[in-house]
Amino acid sequence: MTKSPKELRAEGATPLVEMDDISISFGGIKAVDSVSVDLQPGEVVGLLGHNGAGKSTLIKILSGAYQKDSGEIRIDGKPVEITNPRDARSHNIETIYQTLALADNLDAASNLFLGRELVTPTGLVDDSAMEAECRKIFKQLNPNFQKFNEPVSALSGGQRQSVAIARAVYFNARILIMDEPTAALGPHETQMVAELIQQLKAQGIGIFLIDHDVHAVMELCDRASVMKNGQLVGTVDIEDVTDDDLLSMIILGKKPGEAAA
Amino acid sequence: MTDTTTQPIPSSKPRNLFQQLELDTRLLGMIGAFIILCIAFNVLTDGRFLTPRNIFNLTIQTVSVAIMATGMVFVIVTRHIDLSVGALLATTSAVMAMVQTEVLPQTLGMGLNHPATWAITIVVGLAVGTLVGAFHGWMVGYLAIPAFIVTLGGFLVWRNVAWYLTDGQTIGPLDGNFLMFGGTNGTLGTTWSWIIGIVATVLALLTLWNARRAKAGHGFPVKPIWAEVTFSLVISGTILGFIWILNSYNIPSRRLARMFEARGETMPEGLVVGYGLPLSVFILIAVAVVMTVVARRTRFGRYIFATGGNPDAAELSGINTRMLTVKIFALMGFLCALSAVVASARLANHSNDLGTLDELRVIAAAVIGGTALSGGIGTIYGAILGALIMQALQSGMAMVGVDAPFQNIVVGSVLVLAVLIDIIYRKRLGAK
Ligand SMILES: Nc1ncnc2c1ncn2[C@@H]1O[C@H](COP(=O)(O)OP(=O)(O)OP(=O)(O)O)[C@@H](O)[C@H]1O
Ligand SMILES: [Mg+2]
Repeated sequence: MTKSPKELRAEGATPLVEMDDISISFGGIKAVDSVSVDLQPGEVVGLLGHNGAGKSTLIKILSGAYQKDSGEIRIDGKPVEITNPRDARSHNIETIYQTLALADNLDAASNLFLGRELVTPTGLVDDSAMEAECRKIFKQLNPNFQKFNEPVSALSGGQRQSVAIARAVYFNARILIMDEPTAALGPHETQMVAELIQQLKAQGIGIFLIDHDVHAVMELCDRASVMKNGQLVGTVDIEDVTDDDLLSMIILGKKPGEAAA
Repeated sequence: MTDTTTQPIPSSKPRNLFQQLELDTRLLGMIGAFIILCIAFNVLTDGRFLTPRNIFNLTIQTVSVAIMATGMVFVIVTRHIDLSVGALLATTSAVMAMVQTEVLPQTLGMGLNHPATWAITIVVGLAVGTLVGAFHGWMVGYLAIPAFIVTLGGFLVWRNVAWYLTDGQTIGPLDGNFLMFGGTNGTLGTTWSWIIGIVATVLALLTLWNARRAKAGHGFPVKPIWAEVTFSLVISGTILGFIWILNSYNIPSRRLARMFEARGETMPEGLVVGYGLPLSVFILIAVAVVMTVVARRTRFGRYIFATGGNPDAAELSGINTRMLTVKIFALMGFLCALSAVVASARLANHSNDLGTLDELRVIAAAVIGGTALSGGIGTIYGAILGALIMQALQSGMAMVGVDAPFQNIVVGSVLVLAVLIDIIYRKRLGAK
């Protein structure tokens, strides 16, 4: 690692991703209203906010699931159009969705490689090779996992979550979006995901992390952006704030130090 | 990750015999039901049901519905339905009938029974079927009209386009070469049937062996060798036994004599010639193999099942589910046209009511064969077996002398019962 994300920002280096003045509405309701966030390589930015604040909607615009109404997305400073999930993948953006987005009737390996199957020289899907790769990555992520030949509908919530995480980290993402990745995980598995985030960060991957656990955000993130009712309350440096500051931003919708309106 | 205690690939977990053998218990149940059905009819008809002649007829009667049922599996797996297959079969059949009896011989002046007529006809028919199917798929995928509505409309439209094209008349006789695809008019003879049977057996065994080697190569658990050998023997026995039965149905001597006369020869005294594998059944087998490979070993097939399991997940994984829908319905249309070739060639003419009620038979075959209407689940071999069970039921009852209304009452009840058994079975299994 050469420079920390903080140093990069201080130098005014071009961010890995910039989401600039993004808005989207659903039937008249502004789910995301002129929100700007950005991400440096090797940086973890937490997205916080109450239920329905617009966090998932914002990152779904980046992952190609939704189309923004206005605003601009830049990657390495260059404006990009992301109109579907394939575009996002082509920019090395990988996403762990809150809903996990798994095909329940397929096994772990088929889900891991969905849309990017390994094929034999004759162009046929190579299930054995995919299962072998899948076993390799699970050895790191969740060594107790054994149900490789069962549809993921037969897995526990946490095991399903590991499949979704494995899928996002397997394909050399540059930009990783994690929407409540530890929601269904036990304490041990949550710890493993925390370690995974540190590891990926050290490799220079930029991560948007949505999490309701303020302590986890304080521990893992470099910065945090707080949203309320579709609007950005503010973005703060984790080093400059306390848990309580973040909580009051989430609940009151004001930056620390700002006078009550 | 800190926790890197390496573990051997699981062998610790006790697996019961069925899991170890990777047997599809549902398939076994269906085969069991089919065998019981056949034996019961055989007893009731004093042994007339399980004769080479009847088995031969049963298979050629099943082909048309079975071919379409393989396509219906893909349609239903992706949570759609196609109510227009019988009508589309009629339209493609009408188009082909007009092409081979009017357009080519008269308008283009090629004359009757020109050697290229059958090929041009079939190409045109398959193209029309594929295009119509693609059009249905486009309306379902891109315009987001429910498949039920699109194909309900298609059901009325194509049934009557067929009528319009032929003025509601029976068109025949069809091209002499075209009739080869119909069953009795086009069989491969005993020698070729044996050759095909042996080639098929070798290919099946090679496939099994390759699958085992691929698994073993990655260190995954494989079936015990005795199970593999038993399974291989069952497969070889089934294929070769089937060929043997078809080969032992002899061409009636009167018919044989006429065939010799047609060639200007006289039949040698006491000559016995078996029919062998009908071309139409060979087509069904080819369709079954290709569709199974498509379902299991191609990206297209994988995306079909993923989309059926969770359409949103498929879309988020970068699968173009709209285009996928177009392709699935286009394939369905292609298979309808292929069925139309077989069905009209079997009857030696195109009749206005060709394919009537086929949509229901095809859907029933797929569903009896284990395709779940909730999507994501279904097999090609199941659908074909479903078609075979329905046909066996129908012709068995006809042979026993059950009245026509009762035949349909039984078939309808069996459909509902089969789905109920399926639901109970899946609940037991703990799957949804
Ligand atoms: N597809 C949609 N159609 C209509 N409204 C939507 C849609 N998706 C989200 N919304 C609305 O947009 C708002 C923001 O939702 P979003 O899922 O982004 O919240 P969130 O911050 O992720 O909340 P949570 O913490 O509960 O996950 C909500 O009011 C929601 O009802
Ligand atoms: Mg959310």
